[in-house]
Amino acid sequence: MTAQTQGAPGPVEPGTVRAAGCTYDAATYERLAADAAAIVARYPRARSALLPMLHLVQSEESYVSRDGIAFCAEQLGLTAAQVSAVATFYTQYKRHPNGKYTVGVCTNTLCAVMGGDEIFDSLSEHLDVGHDETTEDGKITLERVECNAACDYAPVVMVNWEFFDNQTADSARELADRLTADDAPVVPTRGAASVCSFRQMSRVLAGFPDGRADEGVGAGDATLVGLRLARENGWAAPGPETDEGGAGSGEDGAAAPEAVESESAPHAPGQATPAVGEQGSSAEREPETSDDVSPGGPPPSDEVDESKETDQ
Amino acid sequence: MTSPLTPVLSDGWDADRSWTLDAYRDGGGYAGLEQALRREPADLVALVKDSGLRGRGGAGFPTGLKWSFLPPDDGGPRYLVVNADESEPGTCKDIPLMLASPHLLVEGVAITSFAIGCHHAFVYVRGEVLHVYRRLLRAVEEAYAAGLLGKDVLGSGYDLDVTVHAGAGAYICGEETALLDSLEGLRGQPRLKPPFPAVAGLYARPTVVNNVESIASVPGIVTRGADWFKGLGTERSTGHGLFSLSGHVRRPGQYEAPLGITLRELLDMAGGVREGHELKFWTPGGSSTPLFTAEHLDVPLDYESVGAAGSMLGTRALQIFDETTCVVRAVARWTEFYAHESCGKCTPCREGTYWLRAVLLRVEAGQGTQEDLDVLLDVCDNILGRAFCALGDGATSPITSSIQHFREEYEAHITGGACPFDRSRSALFEHAPREQRALTGAGAHR
Repeated sequence: MTAQTQGAPGPVEPGTVRAAGCTYDAATYERLAADAAAIVARYPRARSALLPMLHLVQSEESYVSRDGIAFCAEQLGLTAAQVSAVATFYTQYKRHPNGKYTVGVCTNTLCAVMGGDEIFDSLSEHLDVGHDETTEDGKITLERVECNAACDYAPVVMVNWEFFDNQTADSARELADRLTADDAPVVPTRGAASVCSFRQMSRVLAGFPDGRADEGVGAGDATLVGLRLARENGWAAPGPETDEGGAGSGEDGAAAPEAVESESAPHAPGQATPAVGEQGSSAEREPETSDDVSPGGPPPSDEVDESKETDQ
Repeated sequence: MTSPLTPVLSDGWDADRSWTLDAYRDGGGYAGLEQALRREPADLVALVKDSGLRGRGGAGFPTGLKWSFLPPDDGGPRYLVVNADESEPGTCKDIPLMLASPHLLVEGVAITSFAIGCHHAFVYVRGEVLHVYRRLLRAVEEAYAAGLLGKDVLGSGYDLDVTVHAGAGAYICGEETALLDSLEGLRGQPRLKPPFPAVAGLYARPTVVNNVESIASVPGIVTRGADWFKGLGTERSTGHGLFSLSGHVRRPGQYEAPLGITLRELLDMAGGVREGHELKFWTPGGSSTPLFTAEHLDVPLDYESVGAAGSMLGTRALQIFDETTCVVRAVARWTEFYAHESCGKCTPCREGTYWLRAVLLRVEAGQGTQEDLDVLLDVCDNILGRAFCALGDGATSPITSSIQHFREEYEAHITGGACPFDRSRSALFEHAPREQRALTGAGAHR
């Protein structure tokens, strides 16, 4: 194995007397040190714990303070300069105290053109802060953010990195007002049942679950648009290879009527969604599998039920 | 006869509580892992090689071949690192996949790890998607509890640990060696290659780095076979892929189809460009892939055809812009992104993107000169192929392609002394036009 440590001594052993530099009080230090040890334990090498550990110190003070840097350095046997070099590289690590909610407006090209620029300008006027500035009441830090992988929901606003999809200037101002009032849960479009605080979020990002994974939806409408279209038209991937007939011998039946139709009019599906019972809708399909007549019943043992698409 | 859309990865996304282990298993999940554990690891590598699966993160390198590059077992650790840092502008497939179906990824991780002899795998997910991180942590926790991860996976004697790691905001960490440095607790800057990660990756040990969608495609290949996968797509671009439509299109979203589908077909399914407007330009695979126009509507979206037409399939991030969109504004903004995200390691990219940004903002504001277009092309020429990693190359793509297709529009900004477009017409909601602020030096946007 090649040594990868960057010229620094190894991590501090548990129980080691703490070095000077970090002014957290004893109780805070002890609590965070236990968390830090849990982070280090996830990795084959201690230094890999640095990014989550920086999230951890942000969960304490809402930014990476001098104390936070000193703390990480001590835990990992690094110098403060080594930790600072990393902390300043990544945009999620804040260099001054953050508001309770980071409101990030995507102003990368697609969202910007779809209205993100107007949303940012409008919010900036409304809140009287610019990029990476925090409102006087400490509630909101406004940011321009880069593409957040939700382009099919443009324009997108993130609040503490939860998705608020398909925003307008009006909806974003109203969202900001609710965050400022802070007297009722603010619900993301796709995320937990309510946005948590910046510090709570930072603790999750350090790898400490908050038990909220089961809240919210699995997918939004845009995520499902292709799948729903496929369901409506009876389109599916072919069945698995079989020893007897090769791919798609018998189990293709369910898709066959639609396949014929799509051959004659390859672009028809997008024009309109057929009503239930109309040609092209799944209800128009003749029963062909056991599930068509007794939903939920056991499929014949020698046949894969395509409509359920089970990976057998 | 293959259906126009072929939901495989997306097939379970509409299930009730789709992200849970129960829902995933109800849909047949983890059957692939059970089958894989009964096979020889080398057979699994051969299977994926034979399927023709190519990396879904943009570069399109054959996945099985990447696995096969690992040196013979020397008794030391080897690693699988999943690149879940999805950040390429326009790309929005892995994040919804992990939100809706994190177990699909976990199963793929387990199979792949078994195939390559890895006992500790990592999922590096960008830090800006809180709920996706929650779902991944929970899925891994559930998988451990069910004996699908940890010691003696499903009684096979095989041990596997999985760590889900959150990044902290840096596009460059999507570059596989920058990702590895980041995972080691360093600034995310790319490494010189060779050695490639297969030889000296995480902690300088043999490592496979694969994209989320690539890994999520593995369980289906195991259960349905390489020939089944090859039955989809084209001869050299096999299988299914998520096509992400966004922008000025009536029904944006995820469309899972065989590779080789065209934008015309996808647009028809998506209801076309927004009402009353027409297609102006689009990206086939994110902002780093050269722009296409309406003349490319029938280019099959597979690696070879898109390449032959002068762009790259990339991540199949189809960003659609109609005629209300100023291409100079679009490209200037992408360039601001590249300048912001350049890691600073190499001079062509660090300095080049800085100046490209400044010149483009000047042109967009109507303060450019004819010579500026030559400057842009010259700077691009000095970045392309000379940067340390693909970020620099990618930064040049929108500029050179847009000048190629829309040179008159650039010139109109210069001769007219202003941007001829009304931004409010491009927005998806009504708002009054806003007077554009004057440029305030090189720091205008950020």
